[in-house]
This record gives sequence, C-alpha cells and structure tokens, in this order.
Amino acid sequence: MTNYTLKINGKKVTVTADEDTPLLWVLRDELLMKGTKFGCGIAQCGACTVHVNNIAVRSCSLPISSISEESITTIEGLSENGTHPVQLAWKEIDVPQCGYCQAGQIMTASAFLKVQPAPTKDEIREAMHGNICRCASYNRIEKAVKLAAKNS
Amino acid sequence: MSQNKSLSLSRRNFLKTSLLAGGGMLIGFNLLSACKPEAILPIDISKLNFNDFNAFIKISDEGYVTIFSPNPEIGQGVKTAMPMIIAEELDVDWNKVSVAQGIYDPKNYQRQVAGGSQSIRFGWDALRQTGATTKQMLVNAAAKQWGVNPSSCYASQGIITNANGDTLGYGEVVKVAANLEVPENIILKDPKDFKIIGHDITNVDIQKIITGKPLFGIDYSSEGMVYASVLRPPAFGDKLTSYDDQISRSINGVLDVIKFGNKIAVLGTNTWAAMKGKKAIVSRWEQDTKLESTDDHNFELLKILNGNKFKTNREDGNVKTAFKNADKIIERTFESPFLPHNCMEPMNFYANVTDKKVHLVGPIQTPAWTSGKIAKILDRKPEEIHLEMTRMGGGFGRRLYGDFAEEAAQISNIIKKPIQVIFSREDDMAAGTYRPAIKYRIKAAIKDGKLTAYHLKEAAINGNMYGLIANFFPAGCIPNYKVSTANYKSNITTGAWRAPFTNFLAFAEQSFFSEIASELEIDHPQLIIDLLQNVKGTTDERIQYSPERMEETINLVIKKSNWGETPEGVYQGFSAYYSHNTHVAEVADIELKNGMPVVKKVTVAVDCGIVVNPLGAKNQVEGGVIDGIGHAMYGDFSFKAGTPQSVNFDKYRLIRMEETPEVKSYFVESNLSPTGLGEPGLPPAGGAVANAIFKATGQRLLKQPFINQLEISESKILG
Ligand code: FES
Ligand code: FES
Repeated sequence: MTNYTLKINGKKVTVTADEDTPLLWVLRDELLMKGTKFGCGIAQCGACTVHVNNIAVRSCSLPISSISEESITTIEGLSENGTHPVQLAWKEIDVPQCGYCQAGQIMTASAFLKVQPAPTKDEIREAMHGNICRCASYNRIEKAVKLAAKNS
Repeated sequence: MSQNKSLSLSRRNFLKTSLLAGGGMLIGFNLLSACKPEAILPIDISKLNFNDFNAFIKISDEGYVTIFSPNPEIGQGVKTAMPMIIAEELDVDWNKVSVAQGIYDPKNYQRQVAGGSQSIRFGWDALRQTGATTKQMLVNAAAKQWGVNPSSCYASQGIITNANGDTLGYGEVVKVAANLEVPENIILKDPKDFKIIGHDITNVDIQKIITGKPLFGIDYSSEGMVYASVLRPPAFGDKLTSYDDQISRSINGVLDVIKFGNKIAVLGTNTWAAMKGKKAIVSRWEQDTKLESTDDHNFELLKILNGNKFKTNREDGNVKTAFKNADKIIERTFESPFLPHNCMEPMNFYANVTDKKVHLVGPIQTPAWTSGKIAKILDRKPEEIHLEMTRMGGGFGRRLYGDFAEEAAQISNIIKKPIQVIFSREDDMAAGTYRPAIKYRIKAAIKDGKLTAYHLKEAAINGNMYGLIANFFPAGCIPNYKVSTANYKSNITTGAWRAPFTNFLAFAEQSFFSEIASELEIDHPQLIIDLLQNVKGTTDERIQYSPERMEETINLVIKKSNWGETPEGVYQGFSAYYSHNTHVAEVADIELKNGMPVVKKVTVAVDCGIVVNPLGAKNQVEGGVIDGIGHAMYGDFSFKAGTPQSVNFDKYRLIRMEETPEVKSYFVESNLSPTGLGEPGLPPAGGAVANAIFKATGQRLLKQPFINQLEISESKILG
C-alpha cells in the first residue's frame, strides 16, 4: 500500500491504496464520492468518465499510480450546484431515464465541448459513441449536447 | 378500464389525516388496499409509517405540498408521474410541490410498492381520488371558517374562493381541515380541465442525477461496511468441489474468503480488492447437472416445433380444414437467442445481519417477496427483515429477482458485518435471469386472395407466453386461428425481460404479416386495418386489444411518417402491436450505406390513454424503440457447455449513439385512463426495421440478431 496525494475538484486529498487500484474505486470506496459510476470496468461503457487535466478519461482503467500532479474533476466538481452549461442543458431537455449513465455522459460531453465548442451532429454522435445508455436516451443526449454548445 | 380496488372501499379506510407537530397537515393513504381502522398517522414527519399507508401528502402552513412517494424509480418516470396525478386533483401549482422518497424508518418502513410499467394504470383512479378528496377537505374547512356552504366555494391553484370573492390559501385552512371528516362521493375533474396532467414536467430527481448525488443502490454505504465479490459457478450445471484461497488472502485489502452454498465470497476493504481477490482464487468445479450449449437449445426447440406435443392456448374455427383447402400456404420459422438484461447499474445489495435485525438496502422491484425469502433462508421472523429500496439504474425485469439480495444477506449472516455485494459486469452477464431463447413457427393459409387460417407455434425455454397473449392481435381477425405452445426445461436461469414474450413475438408476427401482405399484393398497414374490421363489435371477451384504437394508431403513424411517400433511397417498414394495454404502430426509415442498412428514423404512434407527462412519456417511447432495435440488431448471447460466451461490452454489443435513429413519437388524443408505457414501444421496433430491410435489400430476416445475417448480405453485395 502506498500513499497518494491527488488533486480532486480543486482540493488535495491523500489516500492509501495499492498501486494498481483504478481511480474509480479510490473515488467511490475510499473517498465515498459515489457520483462516478461503475459500468463495465474495461473502458467500454463510459459510466466512469472523469476529467484528468480537462480530458475525458475512463477512471475504471486508470491506475492510481499513474496519476501525480494532474487535476481531476468528477461530476461532483463539474460546477457548483449543477450550473455547468452541459448540466443545465441536461435538465432542460430532461435527458435521464434511470439516470445511472448520465454522470459519465455529462463528463464526456463537457470535455468534448471544450475542444469542439461548435460541433456538428455527426461530431456529437461520434464523441458520445463510447458512452452506453442502456435506457437508450441517445436522442436526448444528442439534443442536450447541441443545446449546451449553443448556450456556452 | 379496470377500476382500482380501493374505489369500492370507504374513503375513511383509505385516507387519514392529522396535524403535524411542526406545523401543517399530513394525509396518509393506501393505494392498493385499505388502511387498518386503528392505523394512526404520526405527528412527527420522521416517523412516517409505511405499513398502513403507502404514500403521504404533507401540506404546510404556507401551502407548500410535499408528496412522499414510496415508489422507487426504475427509470420509467413513475416518481414524477404519480405525484403529478395527485397534484392535479388537489389543484395546486406544481412549483409548490416537491416529491420526497419516503423517509427510512426501519421499524415501519418495509413494504413498499415497486414501480413498473403498470403502476400508473393501477394507481390512476386511487391517486386522483386522493388528490380530489384532500382538496374537498380543504374546501370544507374554508367553508366552515367562513360559515358558508362548501358548495358555494371552489378551489384552484392552492386557493379557495367563496361566492363573495373572499380567498384562503390551502395552508391557512390545514388546521381546521385535519380534524374534519373525510368527505365521500368526490367528483373528479373533467380531463379537459387538467392543468398539470398532459403537460411536460421534468424528472423530479434531475438535479440529483446531474450533480452525481448518491441515489442508487450501489452508492449506498454505512460505517464499517465491507465489499463482497462473489465467485459463482462458471457454467450452469457446475458444482464447487474444492478451492484454494491462499493467494487471494495475501492480496492487500482482502479481509476474508468464505464459502456459502455453491459460491465463494471474497470480502475486501474496497470493491477492487474484493474483485482482485476473487480472480486469485483457484477453484475446481465438476459437472453436477447437464451442461447445455446453444446448439443443444436450437436442436431441442426445433425438435419441439417439428413434433406434435403442444398445449393449445386458443383455437378458433378449424385450422386443419382451412389448411387443407388453401390455395397457398406460407410457413416461416423465427428464431431468437437468450438475452441478458445488462442494467447499467450492475446487480448489488447491502446487508447487515445482526442478532436484532436484518437490514437490507438496494435496488429491487420485489421487496416483499425478497424479504420473505430472506427470512426463510436465514430462519428469521419476517418482522426482523427491514428492506429499504433505492433508485434503480435500470431494471428491464432483472431486478424482479432477488438472488443478489439473498447473497448479500447470506454473506453478512456468516461474517456478521455490514457488507455490499457488487457484481462485476462479467458477474452480471454470466449470472443472469435471461430472456429465454424462443422459436416461433407461423403458418398461414390463403384462399381466394384472403387470409383464411393462422397457426402460431411457440417453442421456448423454461416457460411459455402468458395466457392473455394468445388473445392479442390477430386473435379474432382470422376465422381459423390457433396458438400452440410447448417448452424445453433448461438449468439456465431465465425470467422476465422488458415486454416478456412480446419483445420477440411482435417481430415474428409483424414480419410475417409483411410477407403475407406482399403475397396478397396489399400494403402492409392496409392488410392490418382490413383484418381489424373483422373483430370490430366482437362479443368475445377474451380479446385484449381494441380494433378501433389500433386502427387509429396505425392511421396516425401512416400520416406522421409520410408512409409510401419517401424520397429515393429511403425504405420504410411498418409494424403495429398491442401489449401492456397500449396500442403502438411504428414506421422505420432506412437507407443503405455501402450495402448495409442504416436505420435513420422511426416514427411511432401510441395510444396509451391519457398521457400524464408527455415529456417523460416520449422518453419512455424513444428508449423502448431504440432498445428494441438495438437488441434485434445486435443482441447475441450464446452458451457453450453451460458457459456464457460473452460477458462484457467488448464482446456483447449494445446499441450506441452512432447507430441510433431519430425517434419521433406521437400520441393519440384520448380521455381514457392511462396504460403502460415502459414496455409497449419496444415490441414493434424489430419488425419495422426488418420489414424496411426487406424493402431495401429483398432479404427476409428470420433470426435475431440481424447483424449476423446482414454480414452475409453485405458480402453478397460486395461480391
Ligand atoms: S466502467 Fe469504465 S468504461 Fe465502463
Ligand atoms: S439513463 Fe439509464 S442507462 Fe442511461
């Protein structure tokens, strides 16, 4: 077990973990930040998406030992009170069904819009392709990303 | 429509009121049965008793309304829709309404009602009665305060007005209202006066979802809780003989390894340690019962279809004679694989078994049944089991089965610690209660250009279609009609999967009707409409669907999809189906890209009676349609010697954003009671797509998933 100091949502935290422990489980089980979700564990579904230096990353496949100075943002820290344009668009379009995949969807969308602020429909569909929504709220996800792009 | 049971009960036994110590008034009611006469409401909101009442309304002195819904949300929007119905009849401003999940009280809070496709249908009358009765109490209270006759007053948007134009807010009369008799003979609103029902209302949990609040079962944790990962038999039919946990125990964070039944649990300080510990166990298994493969299932189901050992579910006329006299007979066999549910939130459950009680928390749709089973397994008194339900990250039928909760209880019972069992995705897919593989053989007789006989045979694994299904369309439309069923018993666990049976049956039948329509040289929707005329005015009470409503739904989809008027390169397929008391018709538009069909758009028309929340309803329909297309297209799950062959999303393909068509949904305007919405959008989708593919490529798809057949068609095109 090793001590790691991470920068999560602007705050420094120290955790003790085995070096191969994925960030996902450090967040969920050690820090009790349950917003980041587990879906597959093999980087196939996007439920666990967080930002590492503003880039969308699958936290289920990111060992804690590979993180040092990077700043990590999770759904809990994306904005204060859910006021990020992507979150607001999610609310306006009423995207979720069961809601389980949506934190990951929002994290993927917000990282994507940072590099592509005015995406086409096809670019949105490609960017969101890695995030599974079992309830199939895809039409609304597409609309909400478009709306967020327009509003930000 | 069926009347809710509680309507026949006296209002007094169905609703009770009291004043709250902290101010305001509490109304308790029971949606499904009467409240015990001796049942009393708490005066302290933290002591809500969900045994006698299963829902509560609080009206504060300021007129704010809180609706405590015991119904957990599974993703179908009932947590929003049910309170909307109460608020409508209560006649309050939706902005003054908040919805709270029932407060957890281990002593009293255990028998919750699980949400499902039919919740709104069953709750409709009772919820309206509750809202309207409460409103009348408030009006009576205001009238008493003014010294006037209640009939001279009316209430709207939380304000009561009398003949002189004096007004009182709901909050101002709660103190008087709480002590009044519960009024009877309540008049419900005319649907045309609805102000909330029929309007778009955002999901009540939206803020929590978009900010990542712990809502789901898997998010639950308690002081001292440890995580459990369970090693289950690798194949259906395997038995554990021995295991070595030495390496497992040496892993950092692994606390314990225990055997329970035919399984091994690894306990860890976090999920990762537990999962790693599980992988490190060296286990040996031997064959206990048969080890089945998909090839065996195909063989057995075809043997059933070719044989003559069937149960008759319905028979009209004389099918045998009609086939003998036919000009032409068409026969097709449709085949579907097993399907896992793949709820996005893997199965999980929390248990803390102590000498005093058994505390269980997690996502489950059958709390009463599961509590009962666990009481038996642990040999505890039923009242010692306290089960708390959470929001569910999808259900699709999987969370009807409490196997994961039983595991959690068993493990905690052994180690006497609070634990949470978490399935990995591999566990979730390999220890399923799958949609069973099914094959249908449908045979039709044509005589003098008419469909004269129809015989549907079902060969399924572990069980057959529910009795009512044989009375769905086309029952009653064809003079000689027969439905026969038989099944093969397998040791692979199977169960309900979103729209059980109809999820594949609708594809088979609507593909078949498309083919008959071609044979008869008639447009597919027209064929269905023509057939529907034969059942209008029927006195056969077994017939489940309404030909009038189905026809109207079909006409709506024809209009909205521009059926038959598409531009060059767009091919349309039609499908219509009745299930869960709802009529649905769909048209899929596809285009070919490098010879491969791409579903571009699906137009859906739905008659589900009154649409309580159009925003939520459209979400359900869109989801159901895309889900239906996704599984018809890609859902492929097979077994070799009892072992599932694809157990994570790298091998098991679910539909993703780029494969998703635009779904446009339209609702038939209706004043009839609402019916199911979570499921009926799904069944027609596969057929609409298959029928469109036929138009585009001339290929008839008889098996799911389509993708395995389309690859051949692509090579044909390229070659
Ligand atoms: S849980 Fe990380 S991608 Fe699925
Ligand atoms: S909303 Fe249920 S998985 Fe996306």
